[in-house]
Amino acid sequence: MKTSKNLIYSLILAVVTLALLFFLEVNKAKYGMAYTVLTKGIILAVVAVSMNLVTGFTGLFSLGQAGFMAIGAYVTAIFLIPTNSIEEVYYMSGVSPAILTFKTWLESTPLWFQSLLPYIALTAGGLVAALFAALIGIPVLRLKSDYLAIATLGFSEIMRAIISSPQMDTITNGSYGLKKIQGFSSLIQVFLIAAVCITFMILLIRSTYGRAFKAIREDEIAAEAMGINLFKHKSLSFIIGSFFAAVSGGMLAMFMRSIDAKTFTVSLTYDILLIVVVGGIGSITGSILSSLLVTASKEWWLRFFDSPLYIGSFQVPLFKTGFRMVIFSVVLLLIVLFYQRGLMGRNEFSWDGLAKAFNKLKSKSSNKGGSKIA
Amino acid sequence: MTLSTLFQHILTGISLGGAYALIAIGYTMVYGILRLINFAHGDIFMMAGYFMIFAMVSLPWQIAIPLVCIITVILGVVIERVAYKPLRSAPRMSIMISAIAISYLLQNLATYLFTALPRAFPEIPFLKKIFQIGNVSSSLVTFITPILTIILVVGLMFLINHTKIGMAMRAVSKDFETAQLMGIRINNVISATFAIGSFLAAVGAILYFTDRMSVTPFSGMLPGLKCFVAAVLGGIGSIPGAMVGGFVIGLCETILVAMGYSTFSDAFTFTLLIIILLFRPTGLFGEKIIDKV
Repeated sequence: MKTSKNLIYSLILAVVTLALLFFLEVNKAKYGMAYTVLTKGIILAVVAVSMNLVTGFTGLFSLGQAGFMAIGAYVTAIFLIPTNSIEEVYYMSGVSPAILTFKTWLESTPLWFQSLLPYIALTAGGLVAALFAALIGIPVLRLKSDYLAIATLGFSEIMRAIISSPQMDTITNGSYGLKKIQGFSSLIQVFLIAAVCITFMILLIRSTYGRAFKAIREDEIAAEAMGINLFKHKSLSFIIGSFFAAVSGGMLAMFMRSIDAKTFTVSLTYDILLIVVVGGIGSITGSILSSLLVTASKEWWLRFFDSPLYIGSFQVPLFKTGFRMVIFSVVLLLIVLFYQRGLMGRNEFSWDGLAKAFNKLKSKSSNKGGSKIA
Repeated sequence: MTLSTLFQHILTGISLGGAYALIAIGYTMVYGILRLINFAHGDIFMMAGYFMIFAMVSLPWQIAIPLVCIITVILGVVIERVAYKPLRSAPRMSIMISAIAISYLLQNLATYLFTALPRAFPEIPFLKKIFQIGNVSSSLVTFITPILTIILVVGLMFLINHTKIGMAMRAVSKDFETAQLMGIRINNVISATFAIGSFLAAVGAILYFTDRMSVTPFSGMLPGLKCFVAAVLGGIGSIPGAMVGGFVIGLCETILVAMGYSTFSDAFTFTLLIIILLFRPTGLFGEKIIDKV
């Protein structure tokens, strides 16, 4: 009885979301900001969930997200730059013959294949990143937690250095970046891709593998004693996490239409870490919620911090370019210091949980200053 | 490559290595005591560079340098008190995230206060004097850096091995809880560690940026990571090890750049990190640590 009620609620939510997306799609011009924020938010939600899978559920503190996103973005971009404008994109240093033959081969494929190209491109980006993750995972995953963080951070910086190096000019276009990338057809497409990715990760976490990940997170040695193959499960989590980080990077490339190596600095990894920490380390729904929330605050609601603010003729001090990011870093610090569970802690969103929270709020306001609530 | 250019590169490498060594000591000392990678250390180093720029605007270098050292020390100690002290008993990951938050904050604060554009580092005429030995010419800072590094390391070794606070530091790094039970005020010891680390970072920053000539909010990032690798190479917790590690990485990097592989010099550092951790996780001079269940 109860479960069917919850199912109905979930269906209603899905229908409302879809209706909202359709509404936004139709009135794109009017609600440009909401459109952009939703797109970027849901793209970052994919990478935030993937980071949560690795960091929150497996306990591997990996800081390589930006590097894997860069791989995904560049592979996707090379797939999706229209063949007739490829010379134009690589105007500085010429295009590598391998890419040129690859693009002409893509041109000759049947039409149904070409219409699936965005999906194929994203998957290919993910697979390349997964391959990299598997290779660097062999040495790196044997390291202890904090060394792992430094090694993956180092990997991400190396990736960026290699992408912008002159030796790679004919493939990555060096510091000029890649432009004219084919974008998404609609907001619904973005949401569907993200939903598929996130659902896959949720199913993974609920499977036997997911339970093994959590066991490793709680106590490596105990997990090993219980017969869990540490290296196998750690690499699995790391590889899948990197795959989806790269898919998200590819989606970011499709969203921004042009990318360069500067997009994928360590700051990007820190931004994602901020999302994961705000949402709660170990909560998928927390990551999704906080990704939308953080992106909306960053790109939209808190924009005013960055421009001088006048009340009458009085200029409010402190408000100028960069103040917004200072506030975000302070928020991250405050959450780590005083409210480590973030929005959701390790809980997942559920209708029962919502009802409980609602009741708690109600009882709190009904006996104000009354009984202590533990 | 002629002999004199080779010599020139080696000299530059040793000088860079000296600055790296000074930063690496900060990492190694903090890690030795708190088992924490102080992600913010590279950014403290960057802030010291900015402090120097502003101090030199109105002050002569003789006053500016000690002033910058003092401000940096205060910054380091305040960071420890605010961001690390409340998390003493928290899980390891929380402290690391806190360190990252501080690093993120310092970078964003620097971008906010000083903009992201590179700022010219003031010239200290005394350090920029050109010296000539045979065919090799170099500014004084290149010669001073390694010498100063060695003097500071010897002084620090004396402090650690022969003074009371040094003994307390050694005790805390051996066993945190027992040291506390023996009546050592660990918070003071940890603050002292951060003070020393930040002081050395300030000295390192002045020497490093005199050679580089400009500071950006992100110029502490990569040197910071490299110096951590240097500390690991030398054996984390070992001060002479950190010094040797700094010199080795500075030399290797300069030689790689001289050979034309400048983009891969960073990659080299991290490859080195992985190799060390796989084959000799305790580094060159580190003690063996056994994980107890």
